[in-house]
Amino acid sequence: MSLNRRNFLKLTGGAAVLGAAGTAEARPNKEPSPDAVGMLYDATICIGCKACMAGCKEANDMPIDSNLAEPGQPPIWDTPVDISDKTLNIIKVYKQGAAEVKDREFNGFSFIKRHCMHCVDASCISVCPVNAMRKNPVTGVVTYHPEVCIGCRYCAFACPFNVPAYEFEKPLGQIRKCQFCDHRLKQGQLPGCVEHCPTGASLFGSRTQILEEARRRLSMRPGEEYEYPMQTVDSPHKHVATVKQYQNHIYGEKEGGGTQVMMLAAVPYEKLGLPNLPEKSAASRSETVQHAVYRGFMAPTLLLIFLLYITSKTVRREQHEEERKQLEEE
Amino acid sequence: MSRPQPLGGPIWTKPFTVFAVFAAIGLTLIAIRFIYGLGAITNMSNGYPMGLWIVFDLVIGTAFACGGYALAITVYIANRWEYHDLVRPALMTSVFGYTLGGIAVLLDLGRYWNAYNIFLPWQVNPNSVMLELAVCVLLYIGVLWLEFLPTLLEKLGFKKGLHFVNHLLFVFIALGVWLPTMHQSSMGSMLIALGTKISPLWQTDLLPLLFLLSALIMGFSVVIFEGALSAMGFWKPMETPLFIRLARIIRWVLAAFLIIRLSDLIGRGYFGLAFNGDLRGNMFLLETALFALPLYILASYKHRENRQMLFIAASSMLFAGIVLRFNAFLVGFSPRPGYVYFPAATEIMVSIGMISLEILAFLYFVKRFPVLSFGEHQTKTAQ
Repeated sequence: MSLNRRNFLKLTGGAAVLGAAGTAEARPNKEPSPDAVGMLYDATICIGCKACMAGCKEANDMPIDSNLAEPGQPPIWDTPVDISDKTLNIIKVYKQGAAEVKDREFNGFSFIKRHCMHCVDASCISVCPVNAMRKNPVTGVVTYHPEVCIGCRYCAFACPFNVPAYEFEKPLGQIRKCQFCDHRLKQGQLPGCVEHCPTGASLFGSRTQILEEARRRLSMRPGEEYEYPMQTVDSPHKHVATVKQYQNHIYGEKEGGGTQVMMLAAVPYEKLGLPNLPEKSAASRSETVQHAVYRGFMAPTLLLIFLLYITSKTVRREQHEEERKQLEEE
Repeated sequence: MSRPQPLGGPIWTKPFTVFAVFAAIGLTLIAIRFIYGLGAITNMSNGYPMGLWIVFDLVIGTAFACGGYALAITVYIANRWEYHDLVRPALMTSVFGYTLGGIAVLLDLGRYWNAYNIFLPWQVNPNSVMLELAVCVLLYIGVLWLEFLPTLLEKLGFKKGLHFVNHLLFVFIALGVWLPTMHQSSMGSMLIALGTKISPLWQTDLLPLLFLLSALIMGFSVVIFEGALSAMGFWKPMETPLFIRLARIIRWVLAAFLIIRLSDLIGRGYFGLAFNGDLRGNMFLLETALFALPLYILASYKHRENRQMLFIAASSMLFAGIVLRFNAFLVGFSPRPGYVYFPAATEIMVSIGMISLEILAFLYFVKRFPVLSFGEHQTKTAQ
């Protein structure tokens, strides 16, 4: 290939496109809002009463989720097995061997609460094509907006905690997920699950307060007595309990760029079904790649100009030749 | 070069009837989906929120339909006009393949009546790969129909319209190369946001490049594959010399793909996963073997000359692209614990119905519209 004018243009055009694509910078993890709300779930003081689940159903007007109904009869018991489009919050149990002692990994058991973690840098928000998932700029609560949602379920596909759930059984279904009882927060109320928790296992506060409280608990010696606050971190109502041997890690402080719901437990988090996530959020990785190619739409624009230039030459020349041939034939 | 001719002959043949039955079953099931919801005819769940329709009909289907894209690059950008005869049939499969991919997405959308929101600038999220994908695929469907328009106008005899469309054809062709470059790579980018939910065998920042290159490979292969099938089905000679030269181009794309794929995997330190002996490792090995086999076949001049070998190489590359996409989206995907997914019979029947519709349209158009051109000698006797 000799370096004539056209080849030169092709080369420079291609190089310009590649150059424009290569200049974008990596997008770092998003930072939590200073006023972000938070929730701490401490598995060691959870008694598995599921009052939080009932509270959640009531606060969010969710239906009974049952697999025990007699055919043709309405269900009596709420018996969900996982979070779903009918159940936004669930207490699950970990059991090993004889399951004799609570908060022990071997021959023990533990509870774990699962619902939306309200990620600081949420994948569902990053991937939603129409901004149907939004993060409140102040509280950081991740809310869902069915009026614009197209139902592509990319949020459910991408969520590292598998939280958003689509109503597959309905002809006009929508996505369901825990929204931190955003409607109650706005009225100065607590989330339904927190309000109904009798031991303070689900605890509300700002994300900063929650982190402080979690660090305090990790610094305590197992066997010590501690006055666990109920409902809110700064509540005067306390519940005295013995401190267990915590895993020396606050789940949610850094996971996937950090979450606003955080967990403490005595059993390794992976055994409780919480995924082991890198500190770099998947959303930041995805957006870095996407912006490398599409920032300012520079690279695509250059590519299109380059393509138009080439086709305007090649296609038109060929068309002229064909017209000439046709004329000759006639 | 020969001019494309309608093949003629009756439309309602036996195969046509069979495909029409499948299409009718598919359309009935689609009606059920809209009346009772997605759960009524699919096995999708909140463990596997995306299923066969997205992975097969959209991601694989449109890669299959990249023949028009691959040839547009070869003919109009690289200026190789000897392949021009192959453009029309390739373009036609692209038109139907992409149109059906678009329809599959509409069936799959859980809130399809809100779909217009992707066109509202104040509503969209530019960070979303899905947005770029949706807009690009929809625009490309439009562009493909415009590129295909000369074929329709020629037959219908709209001289004025034909002249106008031909005048602007270079714009449609440039867009027709531009849009697939963006959205075929985005099909891969889509998975980056899933992070650790995708096995490291497939999760890499190079996914967009790998998906783009493999879409090109599939595009070239489908041209050879369909050329061979058309030649067999309609009893016409195959354009072997052209295919042999096309195979020479594919070799380079194939080699580039394999080098990038393997060096990336080794560089990230996950190559060992391939030999774990589990489903993922084995599926990766199968995928890589399907990409490597045609490279071996096409490396030899003797094999490239051989029709059967050429057909085997093309089929292998198509399967390689399919397996890569199934692996990345389903095999390498870690669902919500405890969930399994295998598409429901009804879900599969919808996909089969859609493909049948595509084949029906292909059969009708090649018989009534000037799409296919076979060897010089054949066309003369046909006239």
